Amino acid sequence: MSRSTPLHEVHEALGATLTDFAGWLMPLRYGSESVEHNAVRTAAGLFDLSHMGEIFVTGPQAGEALDHALVGWLSALDTGRARYTMIVDGDGHVLDDLIVYRLAPEEFLVVANAANYPMVARELTERAGAYDARVEDRSESFALVAVQGPNSAEILAKLTEADLDGLKYYAGLPATVAGFEALIARTGYTGEDGFELFVRNEDAVPLWNALSEAGAGLGLRPAGLSARDTLRLEAGMPLYGNELTAEQTPFDAGLGRVVRLDKPGDFVGRAALAVRAAQDQEAGPGADTRRLVGLVARGRRVPRHGYPVTRDGVVVGEVTSGAPSQSLGKPIAMAYVSRGAVEAGGLAVDIRGSHEPVDVVDLPFYRRSK
Amino acid sequence: MSSIPEDLSYTKEHEWVAGLDDGRTVTVGVTAYAAEQLGDVVYVQVPEVGAAVTAGDAVGEVESTKSVSDIFAPVTGEIVEVNAAVVDDPSLVNSDPYGEGWLFRVQIGEEPEDLLTSAEYTSLTTAES
Repeated sequence: MSRSTPLHEVHEALGATLTDFAGWLMPLRYGSESVEHNAVRTAAGLFDLSHMGEIFVTGPQAGEALDHALVGWLSALDTGRARYTMIVDGDGHVLDDLIVYRLAPEEFLVVANAANYPMVARELTERAGAYDARVEDRSESFALVAVQGPNSAEILAKLTEADLDGLKYYAGLPATVAGFEALIARTGYTGEDGFELFVRNEDAVPLWNALSEAGAGLGLRPAGLSARDTLRLEAGMPLYGNELTAEQTPFDAGLGRVVRLDKPGDFVGRAALAVRAAQDQEAGPGADTRRLVGLVARGRRVPRHGYPVTRDGVVVGEVTSGAPSQSLGKPIAMAYVSRGAVEAGGLAVDIRGSHEPVDVVDLPFYRRSK
Repeated sequence: MSSIPEDLSYTKEHEWVAGLDDGRTVTVGVTAYAAEQLGDVVYVQVPEVGAAVTAGDAVGEVESTKSVSDIFAPVTGEIVEVNAAVVDDPSLVNSDPYGEGWLFRVQIGEEPEDLLTSAEYTSLTTAES
C-alpha cells in the first residue's frame, strides 16, 4: 500500500493520474504531460514533492559531522546557502544525491530522495556518532511544494514579503508565504528558475491553493512527475536509480566536482575516491571506463532506461534515462557509454531489436536563456 | 470516464474495431481509455499495407512519453490501408481516438473471434481502474 502526501485530496480533485513512486502515491500527470512540461518552460508549474526526505542536523559540530558523512565541504557553506552533494559508501559508491541547506550556523537541512531517506537518516546518525551533533529525520512532518518556471518569482512575490530578488540560486530563506511559515529555497529540478517551499504538513493544502490562485493569470499549472522527469532530463540532471546508483562513484557520473578531497579531515569513501580521482587525472579517460553522455535520436523511436547502446552491433553502453524531448522535438537520452566508442562515434540504441542511430551531444540538452 | 461508443467492437488489449456489420473491411484504433492511460502519444508505428496478419499478432507500436505498447491485430486478414496522418501526428490518438486517430484497416480473412461488446469492454475498464 502506497503512502499519500498531505496534498493527496488536491490531486484527486484535479483528476490526476496517480502512480506509485518509491512507495508513494504521486501525481504522474493532471492532463497532458507535454502541456505541463511546456507550462514550466514558458510560464510556471506547481509540483508536490512531499515524498522527499527532510533530515535536520544540528549542534556545535553539525558542519564537521556532515564533512565526515558526505563528500562535500559543508562546514564551509555560508548560512543561507545550499549545496548539491552526495553520500557514498566506503568504496566511494553513491548511496544518494542530496541538497544540503545551512539554515543557521549550527543547523543544516539535508534533503534526500524518497526511496533513500530512511537509509540516509540511519547513515547520518551513525556517521555523526563521534560529533557533538544531532540527526533528526523530520520527513513525516514536512511537505514540499515547488513552483518552477520563468513566472515563478512573480507568482511567489504575490504571497510573501521576502526579498526574492536577493535570494540567489542555491540559497534558502525562512519566510512567511501566504501566512504560513516556510523555508523558501531557490532550487529545482527542471532547468528553470524556481522555488521549493518547505512547509508543515497541515499548511500544504492552503499553501497550494494560494499558489494556484496567485498563478492563475500567469500560466501556472499543476505538473506531475512525468513532466518533472522530462524537464530534468532536458536539463541533464541525474536521477538516483537511473544515472546514479550504488554501482558508480560520483566521478563515473561526471560529477567528480562534488567530491571535496581538499577539505580537512577524513570522510567516508575518501581513500577510494582519492584513487578514482587520480585515475581520472593521470590516465585520462581509461579505455575501459564508461562515461555519462547525452544522446539525441535521429528517428522518432524513444531510447529508454535499460536499452543497450551499440556500435557496429556490439554493445558499448546502456541507456539510463530517455524520453521524447519537447524542447528539441526529438527523443533524447542519457547513457553510460565506453569512452572509446564515444570517440569513435557511429552509435545506435537497440530499441526492441532495431538499432536506431543516435548522436552524442554535450549535456545539458536544454539551457534556459537568462 | 472516457467514452466507449456502443456501435464498436473491442479487444482486451484496448483496441476498437469498426465496420464489422457492413462488410469485409474493418477499421482499427486504440480506445479513449487506452489513450488516457498512455498519456501523450509521441510515436505510432503501423503495419505495412499488404501484410497478412493473424488475430493476436503484434503488428505495431504506440509510444507515449512514459511507455511503449504493442498494437495487436484484432482480426485475421490483410492490411489494406494505414493512417498516414496519425504517423505524422501521433497526438491524434489522444485528441480523436475513434476518429482521426484510427490506425489501420484490415480485410477480414476469417470470422473474428473473441471480440468484446461495448458493455463487456466497459466492465473490463471498470475492473482495471
